Amino acid sequence: MIWYTGKRLLQMIPVFFGATLLIYFMVFSLPGDPIAALYGDRPPAPGVIDQIRAQYNLDKPFIVQYFIYIGNFFQGDLGTTYSGRPVSDVMAKAFPITARLALLALAIEAFFGILVGLIAGLRKGKLFDTSALVVSLLLISVPTFVIGFVLQYVFAVKLGWARTTVSSEAPLNELLLPALVLASVSFAYIVRLTRASVSDNLNADFVRTATAKGLSRRRVVGVHVLRNSLVPVVTFLGVDLGSLMVGAIVTEGIFNINGVGGTVYKAIKLGEGPTVVSFIAVMVVIFVLANLLVDLLYAALDPRIRYAK
Amino acid sequence: MSQTVIEPVSESSDASTEPLLQIRDLEVGFQTQHGVVPAVRGVSLTLYAGQTLAIVGESGSGKTTTAQAIIKLLAGTGTITAGQILFEGRDLAGLSDKQMQDVRGRLIGYVPQDPMSNLNPVWNIGFQVEEAIKANNVAQGKAARQRTIQVLQEAGLSDAEDRLKQFPHQFSGGMRQRVLIGIGLSARPKLLIADEPTSALDVTVQRQILDHLGTLTRDYGTSVLFITHDLGLAAERAEQLVVMYKGKVVESGPSQEILANPQHPYTQRLVAAAPSLASRRIQSAKNDDAAGAEIFSGGSLDTTLVARAAEREPAAATQDLIKVQNISKLYRIRTKGLKYNELLAVNDVSFAIKKGTTTALVGESGSGKSTVAKLILQLESITSGQIEFDGQDVAGLKGAALLKFRRRVQPVFQDPYGSLDPQYNVGNTIAEPLLAHKIGTSADRQARVRELLDQVSLPWATRYRYPSELSGGQRQRIAVARALALKPDVLVLDEAVSALDVLVQGQILNLLTELQTDLGLTYLFITHDLAVVRLVADNVCVMQQGRIVETASTDEVFDSPREAYTQELLAAIPGGNFQFGR
Repeated sequence: MIWYTGKRLLQMIPVFFGATLLIYFMVFSLPGDPIAALYGDRPPAPGVIDQIRAQYNLDKPFIVQYFIYIGNFFQGDLGTTYSGRPVSDVMAKAFPITARLALLALAIEAFFGILVGLIAGLRKGKLFDTSALVVSLLLISVPTFVIGFVLQYVFAVKLGWARTTVSSEAPLNELLLPALVLASVSFAYIVRLTRASVSDNLNADFVRTATAKGLSRRRVVGVHVLRNSLVPVVTFLGVDLGSLMVGAIVTEGIFNINGVGGTVYKAIKLGEGPTVVSFIAVMVVIFVLANLLVDLLYAALDPRIRYAK
Repeated sequence: MSQTVIEPVSESSDASTEPLLQIRDLEVGFQTQHGVVPAVRGVSLTLYAGQTLAIVGESGSGKTTTAQAIIKLLAGTGTITAGQILFEGRDLAGLSDKQMQDVRGRLIGYVPQDPMSNLNPVWNIGFQVEEAIKANNVAQGKAARQRTIQVLQEAGLSDAEDRLKQFPHQFSGGMRQRVLIGIGLSARPKLLIADEPTSALDVTVQRQILDHLGTLTRDYGTSVLFITHDLGLAAERAEQLVVMYKGKVVESGPSQEILANPQHPYTQRLVAAAPSLASRRIQSAKNDDAAGAEIFSGGSLDTTLVARAAEREPAAATQDLIKVQNISKLYRIRTKGLKYNELLAVNDVSFAIKKGTTTALVGESGSGKSTVAKLILQLESITSGQIEFDGQDVAGLKGAALLKFRRRVQPVFQDPYGSLDPQYNVGNTIAEPLLAHKIGTSADRQARVRELLDQVSLPWATRYRYPSELSGGQRQRIAVARALALKPDVLVLDEAVSALDVLVQGQILNLLTELQTDLGLTYLFITHDLAVVRLVADNVCVMQQGRIVETASTDEVFDSPREAYTQELLAAIPGGNFQFGR
């Protein structure tokens, strides 16, 4: 297990360099001159532009720019935005908000998704199951921004239970509604995944054996069905943590949250290489770690999976 | 075995007065889109305390459904539609789920069929046994743990204490079966239902487990209801026999009487198809041609097998098609960190197969027989030694030469469910080897598929069907047809009939012998079933722990086995010495 974890962590190194290089290259090749764009219609003196270019190393070849950036990165210097703010400041502000939002959404979808999926799987073909399937299909097919605007209108505008926009501090209670919106699609997938998995496992031979031992229904379901059914769900949750962080951009837009999504979007538009790459680098690390966590959880849930090699 | 005996029951005094279990006119149906399909139709049977009863029949005869109806664990949409299941005078059919919960485990223990799928893979063994003990209030806390160890030891796991924390996948099939038997008996039930408790096991392990079961039931006065397709087992282990066919009881009574003198035509067919019996007939045919012919003309015997047995002597070929010399296979199994354990799966094995003959490789699981097959098929590389095929060393074959070799040596595997692609229809499955070797046009291949389906006695219309729509026997025919597609010289049959019912098994063996005669095929037949060996093989190699311990002609091995191990294997065949009726 330790071997496996170590190996996986080592694998992060090439992934990190590959991803950052790729993103850096893509931002570099974006059309348009970011410095000229800063000044809009009134171009500054030519010397000023060259000076700024030199300050941000934009006059150097691409690969040199990249290595200067990486070198600074490992010294803890993430560079500054073109407006002069240190990137680390921007990240320190944006990441906690998005992380709170994503984790809250993850908790909501995991808890309710598994609960609803379990009940639906146990009552396959009954009213609860059919309604759960219809609702989940609805959530999957309706775009997030529609769900977002509807919930915002109903709960914030009409009922006044929540704020229409989230304040810049973004405390948890204000994030509840956005988190619900963000979780909605994944919730639907988890319901379906859990339901299918539970109804499969209910027909498994070992469940019949468990019943034949004289166990109560509650124990059969809790001990023998649920744990086996969670394996595919856990995989989904791990991958989903990554997409929640990235995919929060729509939800963040609707509720005016200053999270990662909006910041990266603005940085891409401005062609701010260092900002974009720094954010992406952190996200890559989060993604890889989340996947590692899933694989380790796998082994905990299913002892047949042992990472020997 | 453990000497600690808890609460021995001595109810033999009133054993024959009142039945423990009495099933009256039981009907079970499965709800489908086309209405209720009956699976059990008016079954009645009676079992007294301390007795053992076996239900025999082919798959689909409703024997398992009957057993599952007793503890009300019918699969899917199955429901009891009529009849009574009286257990100690109480009708189980009318009990609520809550009441059944009390009956299951405590009064009626259940040992399911397939040891591989019946233990939960994510919980350790100790947990799964202890759970049964606690649920039935046999013991709690520390006492429950003690009891768990005791139960497992009684079921034949001597090192139970050290293995409680291990998971099912770390146990072999035989050990898992013991665990399941331990669970079934953990609460000392009055009745134990054992559904094919040993069909997945080697003969010697099977005997150990049946002996254990016999001892345990004798000690505690437990009644046992066996579900089996093995007539030898029924003859040896059960006092009463119930023969089921298409959901009905066709014959019942004392088992030895029925098997010695079957009355119903179905029972007669079943008895005739039992391998141990048929092999005896081939023997007698060889010894006395005139008398033999008479016996066969009367019964439903496989005439081709007899003809083949007679032909066998002159068919002795001169040329060794496959020659295996001193091959070994060493596996390195990583344990912890950088340490390896070495496992010598095949140890200095040599044998030769003549063209047009059948050589059987027999042994228990883990003896290395399947590894030998893989080595010959070039699916694994040999560690040392030499394999010659048709005068050519095959060990180093690569690319086109290897492909050419593969065309001539084809495998058929054990599991007809697992070895066919469920997404491929039968026609495509059979044509795939032709496609892979780029043989013929599409029309040629169609013609060849037609010919092959004909050879394995399946209708041409089968080509559009999918594996899930076919029976086990039909699937194995398709596996054979696929193997024959490239017109190979050799078929390597790895437990190719082990998963089939006796009747179907007889059909496939028949088919294989016919094909051998018609096409001049050479077979390497790998099996753990000695009765089958006697039917089809010319020569036998007995393997034990990676070595060949005895090589001889089939007759020599069966009539005068030299090695103690071979004798042990032969003695372990259930009902091996039982004289079946006509």
